[in-house]
Amino acid sequence: MAGSIDEAVSTGPARDHTRPARRGGGRGRAVLEVALLAVLAVVMLFPALWMIETSIKENRDVYAIPAKFFDFKVTMDHFRDVFAASGGGRSALSVSFLNSVVVAGVSTVLATVLGVPAAWAYSRFAMKAKKDQLFFILSTRFMPPVVVVIPIFLMYRQVGLIDTKLGLILIYAAFNVPFTIWMMKGFVDEVPAEYEDAAMLDGYTRLQAFWKFTLPLLLPGIAATAVFALIFSWNEFVFAIFLTSSDNVRTAPPAIAGLIGGTTVDWGLVAAASVVFALPVLAFAYLVRRHLVAGVTLGAVRR
Amino acid sequence: MGTVAVHGLRKSFGKVQALDGVTLDVPDGSFFVVLGPSGAGKTTTLRAIAGLDKLDAGSVHLDGRDATGDTPAARDLAMVFQSYALYPRRTAYENIASPLRARRCSSSEIAAAVERMSSLLHIERLLQRRPAQLSGGEMQRVALARALVRSPRAFLMDEPLTNLDLKLRVEMRTELTRIHRSLGGTFVYVTNDQVEALSMADQVAVLKEGKVQQVGTPTEVYERPANQWVAGFVGSPPISLLACHAEGDRLIGAEGWTLPRPRWTTAEDGRPLLLGLRSEDLSVEQRGDASLSGELYGLEPLGDRTVVDVRVGTEILKVKARPTVTGTPGERLHVTVDLDRAHLFDAGTGLALSEAGR
Ligand SMILES: Nc1ncnc2c1ncn2[C@@H]1O[C@H](COP(=O)(O)OP(=O)(O)OP(=O)(O)O)[C@@H](O)[C@H]1O
Ligand SMILES: [Mg+2]
Repeated sequence: MAGSIDEAVSTGPARDHTRPARRGGGRGRAVLEVALLAVLAVVMLFPALWMIETSIKENRDVYAIPAKFFDFKVTMDHFRDVFAASGGGRSALSVSFLNSVVVAGVSTVLATVLGVPAAWAYSRFAMKAKKDQLFFILSTRFMPPVVVVIPIFLMYRQVGLIDTKLGLILIYAAFNVPFTIWMMKGFVDEVPAEYEDAAMLDGYTRLQAFWKFTLPLLLPGIAATAVFALIFSWNEFVFAIFLTSSDNVRTAPPAIAGLIGGTTVDWGLVAAASVVFALPVLAFAYLVRRHLVAGVTLGAVRR
Repeated sequence: MGTVAVHGLRKSFGKVQALDGVTLDVPDGSFFVVLGPSGAGKTTTLRAIAGLDKLDAGSVHLDGRDATGDTPAARDLAMVFQSYALYPRRTAYENIASPLRARRCSSSEIAAAVERMSSLLHIERLLQRRPAQLSGGEMQRVALARALVRSPRAFLMDEPLTNLDLKLRVEMRTELTRIHRSLGGTFVYVTNDQVEALSMADQVAVLKEGKVQQVGTPTEVYERPANQWVAGFVGSPPISLLACHAEGDRLIGAEGWTLPRPRWTTAEDGRPLLLGLRSEDLSVEQRGDASLSGELYGLEPLGDRTVVDVRVGTEILKVKARPTVTGTPGERLHVTVDLDRAHLFDAGTGLALSEAGR
C-alpha cells in the first residue's frame, strides 16, 4: 500500500472547509473575530516563540533586563550542549532523548499490535455485553495517571520493573491500547465485513482474510492511530518521573524538568532541549492534523 | 457432485427471527431459486449455507455430509454477494484470480481460467480496472466471474441482478441460464423478483419471514400456490382474492355474487373461503355462465395487454384484456371466470384447499 499518512488523513469529506455563510452586514463582526483570534494567537504562541528565541540566545542576552526581543546574538551552543556533554561524549539529555525514542516507539508498536486485532474483533464479532466491554476499556482512560501511579509504583517495585525502560514501555502500552482499540474500531467499522466473507469463500482462513484483505485497507487508520499513541508516550510525564530515576533510563520530559531547580538554571539549555523535544510532536501532529480534533472524541473518527 | 441440504435453520438477530426453521433440499446440478420479499431471510439463508454466520439451530449438509461446523473455506462453495464485495484495491483480474490464488493454483492455470471466464462474461477489456472504475453491471459480471472461475460444490448467488437496469437484467437472465447449462453445477440463486424466479429456476422455494412457504417447480408454484400469500406474491399483476363460501353447487361471494362451485372443491358448506383468480383466467368478454358483474374502475395499458380493474362490490379484480380494450370508469361490465383455473384458499389459515379432484 503506497498511501502516506497524509493521504489517509485527507480522504474524508472536506468538512473542515465548509463555513457557515456570513449574514449581510457581518463585516464588523468579521473584523472583531479576527482581532480576538489575533490576540489569542499571540497569547498562545508567545511561550513557544520565547522558547525558540531563548534557545538561540547567548547566555548574556538570556538574562538581560530588559529582555531583548530582536537584537540578540544568535548561537547554537545550547543545542550543542543538549547533545554533547561538557567533558566530551554524550550528554545525559541526549541519552534521555534516545530513551524517549525507544520507550515511545516500542510502546506504540506494542499498543498497535495488540489494539488493531482487538478492534477488528470488536468490530466483526458478536460477543456478550460488547458495549459494556468497550465502555470498560474506555473507562480505564477516565482515570488520570496520577491517581494510579502510586499503586503501580508499588507493584513495579515488587516485580522489579522500577527504573526500567521495559516498565515504562508496558505502562504506556497499557494506556494506549484502549485508545487504539477505540480509534481503530471506527476505522474497521468503515471497511465492509463482506470483503473478509468473500475472501473466506475464496478459500482463505478468517485470519488470512483479515491479514490480506482488511489490513491493507486499515493502514492509513493505523498510521493515524499510531501517531496519537506515539505523541501520548512521547509527552508522558507523570509515570516517567515516578517510575524512573537513573539517567540511563529516564525519558526526556523528566530529564528536561530536572534541568530546572538547583542554584542556577541554564535557561538556554532548557529552551534548546524543549525545542528538540517539541519538534517530533509538531511533525507528527502536522501529519494527523485533521484527526486531532476528531481524535479527542475517541473512536468517533470517520474517514 | 454438489447437493446442498439445509435442515431446520434458525437464526435470530435480537428480536428479529430471520430464519425460522428453514429446510431446503437442492438437488445436484439444479438451478434452485430462493424467492422472497425484502427481509424474508434470503441472504441469511445463503450466509448460513456458506458458513459465514453462526446459526441458532439447524444443520447444513453438503454432498450428503454434515458440514454444519465447517469453515467457509472447507465448504468449497462460491458466492456472489448482494453488494458484490469486490476487493477495492485489486484489479478485476486479481479479483477473479483470488479463489485460485487462495487454492495455490499455478499462475499459468490462473491466467487460463481468468481468460476463459472473462470471455464467457465479455469482460476482457475490464481486467486491468479496479472496482471503482467499473459500472454496476460490470462489477456484477466481475463478481460472477470470481464465483464461476472455480468448480465448487455449489454456487450461491445473492440477488446478483437486482442492481441492474431492466434491459441488462433481462439480458443477464438468459446469460446466466446459458452459463448454468454450459458449466453445469448447482446454483442456489436468491431473488425477490418473481419473474426471475419463474424464468430461470428448475425449482423455486418461496420464503417469507424466515419460513419456507412452498417448494416446487415454477409451474407448480404458479399454478398451485400452497397458500394465499404465495398466490399473491407470485404472478403479475397480483392474483385477485374474493371472500366467499360454498353452498351446495354454488359459491356465494361476500359481495353478493354467485358462481358455479368448481367441481374439485372439497370445502364443506359455509366455511369462509378466498377465491383466487389470476388476471389471465378472467376476461371482460361474455362467455359461458360463470361471470361476475361489476363496474370498470380503471385501465392499465401495458403495451402487449391492458389490465382492466373491475370493482365487484368493494373488491377489485384485475382482468387481463387485449391492448385495444376501451371503456369509461363506472361503466357496468361482466367478467367471465375460468373456474377450472381458479384457486380456493381457506380464509382463516390461508392454505390452499386440497385440489385432489382437479
Ligand atoms: N446483521 C444483522 N443484524 C440485525 N438484523 C439482521 C442482520 N442481518 C439480517 N437481519 C434481519 O434479518 C431479516 C432477514 O434479513 P436478510 O438479509 O436475510 O433478508 P433478505 O431476504 O436477504 O432481504 P433483501 O431482499 O432486502 O436482501 C431482516 O429482518 C433483517 O433486518
Ligand atoms: Mg438480501
